[in-house]
Amino acid sequence: MRNVVVVAYEQSEIVRNAGACNEVELIMPIYRKVMEKCGLHSVQDVDFTCSGSCDYQQGAAFSFVMAIDALGAVPPIKESHVEMDAAWAFYEAWLKIQMGQADSAFLYGFGKCSPGELPIVLSQQLDPYYMAPLWVDSIAFAAMQARALLEKGDISEADMAEVVSRSRANAKHNPHAQLKGDFSIEQLLAEPMYESPLRRHDCCPVSDGASAMVIATEEKAKEWGRPYARLTGIDHRIETSVFGARDLTQSVSTKIAGEKAGVGNGKVDVAELYAPFSHQEIILKRALGLDDDTVVNPSGGVLAGNIMMASGLSRIGEVANRIIAGEAQRGVAHATSGPALQQNLVAVLEGAN
Amino acid sequence: MAELAAVVGIGQTKYQTKHKEVSIAGLVRMAAINALDDAGLGWDDIDAVILGKAPDMFEGIVMPELYLTDALGCNGKPMLRVHTAGSVGGSTALVAASYVQSGVFKRVLTVSFEKQSESNAMWALSNAQPFSVHLNAGAGGFFAPIIREYIRRSNAPADAGIKVAMKDRLHGARNPLAHLQMPNITMKEVEESPMLWEPLRFLESCPSSDGACAMVIAHEDLVSQSPKAPAWIRGGAMRSEPTMYAGRDEVNPQAGQDCAKDVYAQAGITNPRKDLDCAEVYVPFSWYEPMWLENLGFADVGKGWELTMEGATSLDENGDIPWNCSGGVLSSNAIGASGMIRFAEAARQVRNDAGDHQVEGARTALGHAYGGGAQFFAMWVVSADKP
Amino acid sequence: MAAHADTLTQEFTLGYTYTRSTGPVVGRFLQALRDRQCVGIKGSDGKVYVPPVEFDPHTAAQLDEFVDVADCGEVVNWTWVSQPRTAHPSDKPFAWAMVKLDGADVPMLHWVDAASADAMSTGMRVKARWAKQTKGFITDINGFVAEDATVDTDYEVVEGADAIKWVESPSYLKYLFTAGKAPARFLKALADGKLTGQRDPITGEVYIPPRGSSPKHGVPTTEEVVLSDKATVQSFTIVHIPIPGNPIKPPYVIANLVLDGAHISFLHLLSECNNEDVRIGMRVEALWRDKSEWGYTMDNILYFRPIDEPDMPVDQIGKLNKEG
Repeated sequence: MRNVVVVAYEQSEIVRNAGACNEVELIMPIYRKVMEKCGLHSVQDVDFTCSGSCDYQQGAAFSFVMAIDALGAVPPIKESHVEMDAAWAFYEAWLKIQMGQADSAFLYGFGKCSPGELPIVLSQQLDPYYMAPLWVDSIAFAAMQARALLEKGDISEADMAEVVSRSRANAKHNPHAQLKGDFSIEQLLAEPMYESPLRRHDCCPVSDGASAMVIATEEKAKEWGRPYARLTGIDHRIETSVFGARDLTQSVSTKIAGEKAGVGNGKVDVAELYAPFSHQEIILKRALGLDDDTVVNPSGGVLAGNIMMASGLSRIGEVANRIIAGEAQRGVAHATSGPALQQNLVAVLEGAN
Repeated sequence: MAELAAVVGIGQTKYQTKHKEVSIAGLVRMAAINALDDAGLGWDDIDAVILGKAPDMFEGIVMPELYLTDALGCNGKPMLRVHTAGSVGGSTALVAASYVQSGVFKRVLTVSFEKQSESNAMWALSNAQPFSVHLNAGAGGFFAPIIREYIRRSNAPADAGIKVAMKDRLHGARNPLAHLQMPNITMKEVEESPMLWEPLRFLESCPSSDGACAMVIAHEDLVSQSPKAPAWIRGGAMRSEPTMYAGRDEVNPQAGQDCAKDVYAQAGITNPRKDLDCAEVYVPFSWYEPMWLENLGFADVGKGWELTMEGATSLDENGDIPWNCSGGVLSSNAIGASGMIRFAEAARQVRNDAGDHQVEGARTALGHAYGGGAQFFAMWVVSADKP
Repeated sequence: MAAHADTLTQEFTLGYTYTRSTGPVVGRFLQALRDRQCVGIKGSDGKVYVPPVEFDPHTAAQLDEFVDVADCGEVVNWTWVSQPRTAHPSDKPFAWAMVKLDGADVPMLHWVDAASADAMSTGMRVKARWAKQTKGFITDINGFVAEDATVDTDYEVVEGADAIKWVESPSYLKYLFTAGKAPARFLKALADGKLTGQRDPITGEVYIPPRGSSPKHGVPTTEEVVLSDKATVQSFTIVHIPIPGNPIKPPYVIANLVLDGAHISFLHLLSECNNEDVRIGMRVEALWRDKSEWGYTMDNILYFRPIDEPDMPVDQIGKLNKEG
């Protein structure tokens, strides 16, 4: 295996509504920033470009096609796109580097969720005969997952509130975060139910934005003379779409991915977990075998702002930035897709020594 | 540095207007099972699934890979979804190959599909967006002016497109899976078919099909576990450029030229017409055969139509470089699958497993896909010969 | 359509009534629903899945052993929707629930009509409330209700109906589209009858309509350039099929037009000429609609029409003096 490292990561501000900002205008500023961080001029200076987005979020087919206009892809570039979170674009690029077709890659994810009614848009992600025609909103699945945990006695509502309280407190140090501030557990528990047993704050907000990253082989990063965080393991798994056939209190696919990525091979200083609902952070921690020595979601995580299709890449970036800054030596990043954590990706990053 | 990988199983559905006997999962499943059977393998032998399809609006399912997990035996395995517009079938095969060529996995299943009959292709490809004029009556409205410019530049005779339309349907008549079965088609019939987007006639345009295509790609070490001859992946490349930029050559896009050069270099091909035995190239409108003959270096610029007219690309005329022996996109077009069908049909040829549309003695073949405004390209070269 | 200080927004619906062929398994279930019955399927491990799954989640085996199950059962999980959304099946607060029907092992997702969240509990008994008219669709169950609730059973009976092989499934989503900053500047000028391109800061080339960047260099286009409404035909097609929802009758000409001073073409209609006279290099001008009809759209131009100027040599189209 070739050593692959994260050299630079940037995220836009996470906002409820990016307003007058098309794909190109969302991506260009962070694209420029991340390139600058590497001392590069444009995508012409890397070997591969890959992105993640979802047409239905803004209701326009081929939105990724127009996004190319942000890059300066003349002369033509080696480029690909996943209709998924950009964390999977990261994975695709990692494979390209492993097979020797690239030494460096530019990755980006973007999401403009504000134009549509996101929980309803996501209902069309379900079984098209049995569930999509009922318009089962995406929150419902998370809510029933939370109830399964609560009724089993695995967690309490206070545990869920603790996740939210910590997320928003951590987000105070994240200049890009959408939701931040001091909220006590008692204060949160006093809020009314939204889709019970979830309160509104147990759910991530709807957000617009983009994130971008440059990865490379370790040799290439050294050549560029930039600091970096080294990827030591990565894997992704999916599980059945039959919601009723899953044990909702666990994340089997995260557990497999975590084991394959080698999460347990050392102390984990920091973890950025893509948990769009508070209780999911607890499920994920358990699936990954993380204990209280691990700082979870120091960025505030996606409860503080969730750019769908970019948030997974952002988790990797947040961990990498902390390692590069010397705040952590070893970290875990996680990305998810689908109802109630159906699909998951886990990456392990370490300091360059 | 890349590990060696080969196609060891290929499965397709019949391509037809409407697969009314199956659900979406059932359609995808047919191709997947056929590929596994062809490879002599079962679900447990597959490490990961890589799925491709064009815009989700076709079937109205957002990220359908989530719903298709069980149909593809993927519970507990990696699943990745590629979308690169019309080239997606090709890109998906390349991404699937990278799972093996990277050394990370040993054997993967890749599937692509479109069930276009669930909606309407014209609607799904160009639904009107606010603030824009909605003139672009389908893909033909976009590509016809580019074709006109090709004809102007090359002085190609008007019947070059007609010839391709006939030739690919005659090829398709040899392929029982092809959607259009027109064994008696004539140039006159093509010429007399209704004009849609001048200079494109009805019979010079692709149909709208339901269908799926799948392949099993295995690491060198596991190739012998499958009974049939492998198609070794000798090279793979992708290129993209913006839809429009000042001075862009839409007739002969740079991205296509660069992509071809890249894949040929990997496969050791210096003269594509001579070194390749056949090619499966994405030709949804007849005139794209001469245009891509030039873009891909089979003919000099302005001379692509001469190959077509000479019969060089025709199986029936014993051409030296048959193109689209399966009938091509002009005979079957399940958009999300169309690119992968090209890649799979190239592999069928070099596995000597293409039935009545087999090019005798084919050892090396090109699979090609393009998408968007002819701006995304994916290609691979497969060979009976292990490098 | 709304114009605020710096944003242009417009509502639109993305939707289609999909025609879904069901295949034998889904079809069998929907057919049973039409007859106000429930059917499941036996998985590889002997568990009964309702609704029936086509493929076993654990072994991927294709399943075909149908099992009749009751239309009543137990709520094994639920959530209370305190603020129903427009798309939801109920306009008053309701529960989503996982209901394990009697005879089934795997619960199904549906909704429960209950007075309040307090009326819901895990383990509660519920029964299907059948629609007065069934058609072989998941909504034939008009929600579940408490088992002891009284339901109207004045059903319309479907007689001699065919097997369910396909369904019509409407999927319509509403969006509020917001134009980007650069497109909004272009659209606002357009609403004043002006065609403005934006200049690539590196090459000086002018793009119209602008998307916000130089696609060649990936940098913002900031400088506005007002262009004339005269153009040259770069290429064209004569379309013989109608544009869905557009009153214009075929055959009509769509042309790639390069405005004077621009370096990129856009598609628009060409009229007031014989279709057979249209040619590459032909000079044309915009025919604007009446000012009262102008909005934020290129549709302000009804079409382009020929002008009495000599054709432009092909190699000069789109390659005018950059300062032009």
